[in-house]
Amino acid sequence: MADRERRMAVPAGVFRARTRVMDAADVSRAIRRMAHEILERNHGLGSVMLIGLQTGGVHLAHSIGTDLEAIEGGRVPVGSLDVALHRDDIGLRPVLPQAVTDIPVDLDDRVVVLVDDVLFTGRTVRAALDALHTWGRPRAVQLAVMVDRGHRELPIRPDFVGKNLPTRKDEMVDVGPDGVDLGDVS
Amino acid sequence: MSRHLLSISDLGADRIEAILDLSEKFAEVGQRKIPRVPALRGKTVAWLFYEDSTRTRLSFETAAKRLSADTMNFSVSTSSVNKGESLRDTVETIDAMGIDAIVVRHGCAGVPHQVGGWIDASVINAGDGWHEHPTQALLDLYTARTRLGDLAGKKVTIVGDIRHSRVARSNVLGFSAVGASVTLVAPGPLLPPSLEGWPVSVSHDLDATLADTDICYLLRMQQERQKRALVPSLREFRATYGIDARRADLLGDDALIMHPGPMNRGVEIDGDVADRPNAVITEQVANGVAVRMAVLFLLLGSGLDQLDDQMAAA
Amino acid sequence: MTTIAVRGGTVIDSTGSRRADVVVSDEGVILAVGAGLDGDRRLDASGGIVSPGLVDLHAHLRQPGREDAETIATGARGAALGGFTAVVAMPNTTPVIDTAAVVTEVRQLAADACCEVYPSAAITVGRKGEALTPMAELVGLGVRIFTDDGDGVQDAAVMRNALEYARGLGHLTGGQPVVLAQHCEVAALTRGGYMHEGEWSSRLGIGGQPAEAEELMVMRDIALSRLTGGRVHFQHLSTAGSVAMVRAAKNAGLPVTAEATPHHFTLTDECCAAYDPVFKVHPPLRTAADTAAVRAGLADGTIDAIATDHAPHTTADKEKPFDAAPPGMLGLETAFAVARTELDLPVEAVLALMSWRPAAVAGIADRHGGPVAPGAPANLCVIDPDAEWTVSGAAMASPSRNTPFEGRAVRGRVRHTIRRGEAVVVDGEAQA
Repeated sequence: MADRERRMAVPAGVFRARTRVMDAADVSRAIRRMAHEILERNHGLGSVMLIGLQTGGVHLAHSIGTDLEAIEGGRVPVGSLDVALHRDDIGLRPVLPQAVTDIPVDLDDRVVVLVDDVLFTGRTVRAALDALHTWGRPRAVQLAVMVDRGHRELPIRPDFVGKNLPTRKDEMVDVGPDGVDLGDVS
Repeated sequence: MSRHLLSISDLGADRIEAILDLSEKFAEVGQRKIPRVPALRGKTVAWLFYEDSTRTRLSFETAAKRLSADTMNFSVSTSSVNKGESLRDTVETIDAMGIDAIVVRHGCAGVPHQVGGWIDASVINAGDGWHEHPTQALLDLYTARTRLGDLAGKKVTIVGDIRHSRVARSNVLGFSAVGASVTLVAPGPLLPPSLEGWPVSVSHDLDATLADTDICYLLRMQQERQKRALVPSLREFRATYGIDARRADLLGDDALIMHPGPMNRGVEIDGDVADRPNAVITEQVANGVAVRMAVLFLLLGSGLDQLDDQMAAA
Repeated sequence: MTTIAVRGGTVIDSTGSRRADVVVSDEGVILAVGAGLDGDRRLDASGGIVSPGLVDLHAHLRQPGREDAETIATGARGAALGGFTAVVAMPNTTPVIDTAAVVTEVRQLAADACCEVYPSAAITVGRKGEALTPMAELVGLGVRIFTDDGDGVQDAAVMRNALEYARGLGHLTGGQPVVLAQHCEVAALTRGGYMHEGEWSSRLGIGGQPAEAEELMVMRDIALSRLTGGRVHFQHLSTAGSVAMVRAAKNAGLPVTAEATPHHFTLTDECCAAYDPVFKVHPPLRTAADTAAVRAGLADGTIDAIATDHAPHTTADKEKPFDAAPPGMLGLETAFAVARTELDLPVEAVLALMSWRPAAVAGIADRHGGPVAPGAPANLCVIDPDAEWTVSGAAMASPSRNTPFEGRAVRGRVRHTIRRGEAVVVDGEAQA
């Protein structure tokens, strides 16, 4: 989510892809693997729910959810969370009315898997952890990301990773269902 | 206009819609187990209310607290105002304490405009004389939109003491900005002396108007603002312009009955009418918190200018 | 005896216009008018107009009572800077000018002022609209204008009585009329109103004062003038209806006169849109149709004089909420320039409206506004009719700052003012 939203926040910025890092098949294989890892770690679906971070994590959460249900059978609740109001850099980014927060079930005693497209500084995840407790007290919170690009500014570590991708700080990563690109904003 | 919210006319249709969209986000916050976000942590909002208004002040205060802002209440009745301190000195004293916004209510029209010229903090008009009450109009628009969807083409009838009503002035501007058509229904002395430039039509026949109304907005009979009796009696006013059960039945089933409160039950609205399912008076109060959160957040968090950037980018 | 020669200007007075130098003596008279004159001291008038000093029928000098807003000394200095050699001071001071003692006090305070101050006195005791002031005694002290300004006399019977009484005082004045000047406003219609009632008051949510509140009293007092034969002067006419009624009354031969202020022919109620109480004034700023009617009235002679209604208020008072702030505007230092800039009239006509015609209304034509001729009182001003400048309240003599023309570019500036043969303003600077 981080990169997409940042792109919207920089009106003059246009993303130019330089290197294709994953194609559509890579992405769906990674999603399937992460779904298996989530099941393995939590010994089945149990009380797992997925929460996609607005905006880039929401689609990914739904994809993982679909795979979880296909592998294990049964239903897994999938929600969405906009952390804009919990950020530590309010005023630098717009708050998007269309980025809906929807937490469909009570979080108490749930295992919440936060899902985002790119893990970068960790500030979005920190804001998400902060936001979650206004909804309830999960038993555990885990983190799934498609791309971990490094450069953490907070002590946050993902539990499930699609791909570790070394980047420069000024590069951009674009994650979509049809693939992952590394490039620049100009 | 990016720092202050003084009048609905400062906003325009696009900004109004954007504020209402954003209000939905804050309504969501209100649904949480712990309805509080850190969005305005470290910001300070002061209240300067020269008129009693428990409900508006509580609504703003709840909104500020849900955004984690610090609040400072300057209570006029116990303050230096009663010792003869001037408005400007009072405002500059509060400003010197370090505030980010000041929410002003005053019995004289224009005071928030004057305050805005004296200090750097954002000024929010929480009602000035007969002039405007912009957050009331925004929460009314939000409530109506939540119930009826798009308000363009909807027919709004505003009934009662329009001359002395800041709620009416803000709502005329607000509803017409989003494309609704507004009809004012009142006895002559309770209409403004001139309606030149007002996008409204006028009727004195409430029964005829109600059949073709989507939103029936009742105003409080402002007896305290009338320097002398402008209508023969409250009994006659009620008979001619009050909403009783018979008149409420003239409205369509989906038509809303709205009132800014506090109601004079038995004057402009009969007791049981206020409790009908299409009377959304308590929803208006509940929505007031979310809308005021959106306003505070826009003025203090990101600024209305950013709203414009966002609209331009969309 | 020392003399001042005002050299190189064009003399304009009620008799016409001519190139001439003017020599005045410090004994207060004009010694000579002609070509190539000189004196002990020279004042340059080249390129300028030498006119009889301006006369203001309507100024609030605030003393006694509100010396924080204005004193007679500062007000007279502002008047001199505005080209005035005479101002009629309004009686709504604290205490009200309604007794011989207060008239005498004001005269004493004005003795050394830069400009001659003629106190007017109230029509009724305390301006309460009930009992008449001792008018004969006050006329004996030189008062020629009586007014309850700030309020109109509400009771028609009281006004009738005052007109009948004043009509019988001519023998005390050597035939000069005693004038009752009326601030026309039916209080029942203006109570709770703080600006002109109309489009803007309705939109701004400010209580309004309808034009008809003024017009009803103009109508009444025209009728009372007809009834009594008494002389009525209408102060600060502000509505088209008032101007039309005064025009008709004059055509009918009634002894009525009228004044209008620069702000009432220049500014409209839209000025109140930002809620700045500097634009709050009584009578209120009206509509564009009204300002046009006032201009027409000035142009066709219906309105006899431009008067300032100079009304200083402290900044603290003018920062109150609009409803609570006191009404009034500074005017003495801007009146000529605003009239010159805004009115489509030749400069001779503007001078007539600001000098000889108001002098006649005030009953002081023997001292001010008369033709510039040897032997006449030396009350003069020298004006640059086309000099451009920008209005600034902070630069004015008044301790108050409430000019509604702040920042406005205007044309026409007073260069020198001579009062009783003494140069009180030289090159735009007050000398005392």
